[in-house]
Amino acid sequence: MTKPVLEVKDLYKSFGALQAVKNVSLDLRPKEIHALIGPNGAGKSTLAGQISGWITPDSGSICLDGEDVTSETVAGRSRKGLGRSFQVSSLAMEVSARRNVMLSVQASQGSSFRFWKQTRSDEELCETAGNWLGKVGLGGREDIAVSKLSHGERRQVEVACALALKPKALLLDEPMAGLGPTGSVQLTEFLEEIRPEIPILLIEHDMDAVFRLADRITVLVGGAAILSGSVDEIRTSSLVRKAYLGEEA
Amino acid sequence: MQRTDTAPKPVSMPKLSRETIVNIVVMAILLAVPLWASSIGEDYYVNLASLITIFAIAGVGLNFAIGQGGMVSFGHAAFFGIGGYTTGIAAFHNFEETLFMSMPFAVSGTNQMLIIWIVAMAVCGIAALAIGAISLRTEGVYFIMITLAFAQMIYYFAISWPAYGGEDGLSIYLRNELPVVDAESALTFFLVCFILLLGVIFATARLSGSRFGAALGTAHMNGTRLATSGIDPFPIKLTGFVISAMITGLAGALFAELNGFTGPSMLSWQRSGEIMVFVILGGVGRLCGPAIGAAVFVLLETYIGEWTEHWQLLLGLALLGVVLFARGGVMGMIAGSARHD
Repeated sequence: MTKPVLEVKDLYKSFGALQAVKNVSLDLRPKEIHALIGPNGAGKSTLAGQISGWITPDSGSICLDGEDVTSETVAGRSRKGLGRSFQVSSLAMEVSARRNVMLSVQASQGSSFRFWKQTRSDEELCETAGNWLGKVGLGGREDIAVSKLSHGERRQVEVACALALKPKALLLDEPMAGLGPTGSVQLTEFLEEIRPEIPILLIEHDMDAVFRLADRITVLVGGAAILSGSVDEIRTSSLVRKAYLGEEA
Repeated sequence: MQRTDTAPKPVSMPKLSRETIVNIVVMAILLAVPLWASSIGEDYYVNLASLITIFAIAGVGLNFAIGQGGMVSFGHAAFFGIGGYTTGIAAFHNFEETLFMSMPFAVSGTNQMLIIWIVAMAVCGIAALAIGAISLRTEGVYFIMITLAFAQMIYYFAISWPAYGGEDGLSIYLRNELPVVDAESALTFFLVCFILLLGVIFATARLSGSRFGAALGTAHMNGTRLATSGIDPFPIKLTGFVISAMITGLAGALFAELNGFTGPSMLSWQRSGEIMVFVILGGVGRLCGPAIGAAVFVLLETYIGEWTEHWQLLLGLALLGVVLFARGGVMGMIAGSARHD
């Protein structure tokens, strides 16, 4: 079996009396898309927060490419190859899409402690950022302020930012939200395209996209991973039906 | 700067933005008035222009922290005062022909401005490193309060340090010297300050446009984005804070030279407020905003202050107007809101 790129082991997190994440283990292997689904409040965002470093787990470990990153900062994990997009947009709104991506490009190229050369006239930096935006389907929209882009377009910018880090694994939190049917199809195709190079842990509500893209699906309910399996196993599982539709279904 | 395209352009004269034109006009007036005043022998106005220029430098320092880095420091008087005390202490030991310290190595005073400036900026940098390392763990109102608290600590330290004048401060009997030029001349001293102002404005403009500036700006706009891009916000902000403090410290050193005096008033929290007023009045994040803000402040103080001691009431009204109706300060009113590319 191939070594997992991302490995989460026995993760726990409580907020007061609320156990948001209970004993969750999952992994992400090369070339795969592993979807994480679950009803609202299942702990998906808490889990994503723990994997990317915003939330310190109470116990458990997170390994990226064989290296334990549990005590790394958010920035450290990004540098080590974890790209991520957010459910709520996390872009610098006042500046252009290109500027946002340029920051990722500059980080992937090394130190940001360069004080003199102007980024504006750094053609390589500008062009590389533009290329990433072109790849996610935002060609021609590079120099518009993010605040003037639609919600869907902002998602695309976030994905471009994540890709520009040349990550080993991607963690995408609801990238389809707000995209609309065409946008959603486009992004689905794009994720198919990058899957061979960058495995993706996908948190998504759009079931069509999940069933089309995912190799494996993990179902999170009440903070615990109740089931993990192939698309068909999940589709036919009575346990999942119950979790989503209630006892009667 | 409205350039949004990045492809190499055919060579042509760049079109000046409205803000650039305003910047040039403001700087031209600031240079022309003392030149004219000096030519008719009115050194009073030359010194007034020097004061505006020095306050503008202090403002440029704070403006870099607030405008670029989003760090609203209410303690920049600490750095202004440290700069002033560096000048005062160096001149004091030079005058008395005593040593500042003898262990572990001997340090005497000096009357060389260039050395004093470098020392003042270095001391401010070290102080800012310590203050920033603690303050930058907080945000928002807490950051404002903790920077204020540090400045007050330094203020009370200065008051209770009798060796350097305590509450009375230190007089600098002879203005320190510069190589080649005669710094005693009001006009020469103004020109030195003016060149330094242009220098720090240029330096902060370059810094803002650099990779470091991009990171610092993002730390301000959206810290989540910066960290997600793999850049730790803390060292970036701390570096920005230190640079900002060093610039304000340079202004403090010049201020002490101009007045021939340094004292605890340079360190008071009112001074921190004044520096912040320069920035807000002129326009946060605008290159020449602090120069405009300092000019408005000094002119109000001088001319309205002559007429009534309640001139600060007018300053208050002006500030109120700016905050309520022109978020971009005076620069925002003249040149429109700031542009990003």
